[in-house]
Amino acid sequence: MSNRFIVWFNDYRPDDRPRVGGKNAGLGEMINADLPVPPGFAVTTEGFETIRNHPRTVEEVRELLATVDFGDPPGIRELSRKIRSLIEALPMAADVEESIRLAYTQLCGRCKQDDVPVAVRSSATAEDLPDASFAGQQDTFLWIRGADSVVQHVKRCWSSLFTDRAMSYRHEMGHDHEVVSMSVAVQQMVDPKSAGVAFTLDPATGDRSQVAIESSWGLGEAVVSGEVTPDNFLVDKVILEIHSRTISPKHTELVMRADGNGVEWHDVTAERQQAPSVSDAELLEITRMAKAAERYFGAPQDVEWAVDRHLPEGRNIVMLQSRPETVWSRKAPRQVSEPGSGFMDSIVSTLLSPVHTRGSVPADDGEA
Amino acid sequence: MANRFPSPFEAETPPGAEGWEDLYTYSLPFSEDRRDYEEATFWFQDSIHWAEPLTPWDATWYEYAIAALSQYNTRHYLIPPALGIDYRLLNGYAYLTPVPVLDGAEIEARVPQFMERAGFYFMNWGDLYDKWLVKMKDLIAEMEAISFSPLPEKEDMEVITEGHGTGSGLTIQEEYRGLLNLGLKLWHYHFEFLNLGYAAYLDYFGFCKQAFPNIPDLAIARMVAGVEVDLFRPDEELKKLAAIVVDNGLEDQLAGGLAALEGTPFMDHWNSVKHPWFNYSAGNGFYHSDKVWIEHPEIPLGFVAGYVERIKAGEDISRPIERIREERDRIVEEYTALLSSDEDREAFQGKLGLARVVFPYVENHNFYVEHWSHSVMFRKMKELGDVFVKEGFLASREDVFYMKRDEVNEALWDMYSAWAVGTSPRGPVYWPREVARRKGIVDALRQWTPSPALGEPPEVVTEPFTIMLWGITSESIGMWLGAGEDADGGLRGFAASPGVAEGPARVIMSADDIGQLEEGEILVAPITAPSWAPAFGTIGAAVTDIGGMMSHAAIVCREYGLPAVTGTAFGTRDIETGTMLRVDGSSGTVTVLD
Repeated sequence: MSNRFIVWFNDYRPDDRPRVGGKNAGLGEMINADLPVPPGFAVTTEGFETIRNHPRTVEEVRELLATVDFGDPPGIRELSRKIRSLIEALPMAADVEESIRLAYTQLCGRCKQDDVPVAVRSSATAEDLPDASFAGQQDTFLWIRGADSVVQHVKRCWSSLFTDRAMSYRHEMGHDHEVVSMSVAVQQMVDPKSAGVAFTLDPATGDRSQVAIESSWGLGEAVVSGEVTPDNFLVDKVILEIHSRTISPKHTELVMRADGNGVEWHDVTAERQQAPSVSDAELLEITRMAKAAERYFGAPQDVEWAVDRHLPEGRNIVMLQSRPETVWSRKAPRQVSEPGSGFMDSIVSTLLSPVHTRGSVPADDGEA
Repeated sequence: MANRFPSPFEAETPPGAEGWEDLYTYSLPFSEDRRDYEEATFWFQDSIHWAEPLTPWDATWYEYAIAALSQYNTRHYLIPPALGIDYRLLNGYAYLTPVPVLDGAEIEARVPQFMERAGFYFMNWGDLYDKWLVKMKDLIAEMEAISFSPLPEKEDMEVITEGHGTGSGLTIQEEYRGLLNLGLKLWHYHFEFLNLGYAAYLDYFGFCKQAFPNIPDLAIARMVAGVEVDLFRPDEELKKLAAIVVDNGLEDQLAGGLAALEGTPFMDHWNSVKHPWFNYSAGNGFYHSDKVWIEHPEIPLGFVAGYVERIKAGEDISRPIERIREERDRIVEEYTALLSSDEDREAFQGKLGLARVVFPYVENHNFYVEHWSHSVMFRKMKELGDVFVKEGFLASREDVFYMKRDEVNEALWDMYSAWAVGTSPRGPVYWPREVARRKGIVDALRQWTPSPALGEPPEVVTEPFTIMLWGITSESIGMWLGAGEDADGGLRGFAASPGVAEGPARVIMSADDIGQLEEGEILVAPITAPSWAPAFGTIGAAVTDIGGMMSHAAIVCREYGLPAVTGTAFGTRDIETGTMLRVDGSSGTVTVLD
């Protein structure tokens, strides 16, 4: 059940956005759009505020901030360490903690698994700063199991509002540290065979008839962080044909640790490095989902997806995030027709500068 | 990798073919008289239409077709950057080269004239096409009315009493000249619309490529396809006949041929549709040796038997027109929604609309001209052959195709003159000897393997019809020079129809052999003419040596939902029957599987 401190993704309504943050709101909307998102819930900003408004936090954080020199990176790191230890050491308010434990138990029931592994992710939000970007400034914790650990990692997410990066960013942008709040996503962990991103246009040309997909082995962090050169595919959105594929050597992958808690980087065997990290059927399914997200949100999207290794092909793709594409969406749209010119003008100019393109013949790699 | 193809003057005459040049009009072979021009020019072999060496009379269609095509570019519509297609024979094989307009001022001067002339056709396409269908059928009726009969011992009494003042010798010569004129007129009609149809299609194609730089060619083609066109009618009729066999339990009679089916509902339907739909060539219609269904009923009956088996196996053999049409509408709707402005959507609808107006002609003309009219024309020529056989000029009716078209006039003169004088013609001694010699030459020419092209390739191919119809592009020339192989030893061609299929190869060089195809095999052919349609129910995919996105193979495969890779240049040379292949019609690759 959703309450003050908990909003289940599938209960999400648009007015929840301020208290669950952009990331959780996106997951809620994706579920509303019938996209396959792993189940989970948001711990609302009200939960975070019980800690931030704790008298000890208010007083000590203010004191610490007063002393810091933002031109001194080691100093900021030390400050961050102190504030974070302070927040993580404080007891969580009983009603917040109970709500989280109850929600986690219900999630285990929903997933039919005791101590279901979850991802615990930060979702920063600033009601008065709708354009502020907090992406990548806060922490994410993967393969978290058990209610105690979930509660602990929610606190670690809260404290990650005070990472040195986040504080420096707010300082540079002139934002007061109190205007930013924090919601946390607790979501069933996907065990990805492979994962990556999908753009609902070709980033190279802005061609909106294409979905560009990048993919690598293991968790999507490998692609998002730039740790590997991913496989790259171009799929025609309309006729669902894969007509460009580049397989890159993917030397490393982020996978669950052997003890089942957390993640670690593994080397990838030479053979798997050269193998495509997604099948054709999976590519087409990813394309369909990216199209659905684009249609639902009404603008080109940048989607994160994963292939669950425990589910059969056809039902194994999940979506983890969908945000508006920002580069081409800001440019003037591609206009092809020349206003005021008749069809004969167009036929003449086609004959005079014919279609030198034979687009479907793939260019040789290297020599022509 | 070589950067040029052999010169036409480097080609050796195959042993036994010496003097081949004399089998054709004197202007057809490459010659010292025009060597400078011919050597400086890039020529490609047109194996879509003329993959085999031509016999002397069959060269008629080659000359009529290319001259008529050229005439419409050059003299009727004044296509601004393009004159005609120049054409030659080398060792009996057809080589073409597009002739551009190079002078910028001349191109500019042609523009307003083109707009006025072509514009008129586009604005009145529907009415003009209706007229075309009428005059085309009239022309065929005129051809059918032509008849050749042996010269009589004496003229009928009516010739005297009605005061004709002329005799049978004049008539037979007039009939032949009339037939030739109808043939040339036929090829005028053929190109009355075609070049403009391609121009409109290219404009639509170019718009799609600009709006969506990565859009596959086949997506562009699929947006205009799926309409019911006459080109598919013959195959549709075979399917109906198969249903009649199953419904009436006529399987045993079917095995016995048309005679055994006499008096059954099968024959009722057969007789009601055989004209015109079975005036259908099992080849591409350009060779006298191509078998026409109506004269070789065993060919269509074989296909009917194949369909009967599939119906009895519970298969739905109808072409899924509704599904193709729905899918086409979905594709159009989605691409339209992806355009960035209402102006673009309007322009796109206009161009797509025009492409759809012109496309039925682009698809259908082939049935009316190459299949129906050519079938009639060859039939009439064989009747004339019978006359020559009766008069002892020829041993067999088909030997008439070893005469040049103008030599037929001379032979008729010889026959007439001797008949008039009451003496012996030279023909019965001259022609059997000459035909035997010529057959030896043509057989020797058949042993020669033509280079896909001659001379130095242009930096970039821009001539629109060359790209559209023959699929000749800078890339395909590069492929030929690189022997068509990609890095992994596979073959590359045009991604002509989407999908992937694996199966054993069946190399088929001639339409006569399509009966060898077995379920799921990959058809590997120099070309696939639309008359091969029944084969497409059997095969898993098609690979051709020559042809682009608009080649018949590409169109038919897209309609039938089969993967196809066209224009591989060396498919039939490099692939052996039985080899396991993977055909990727989306990327245009053919891979040999271990």
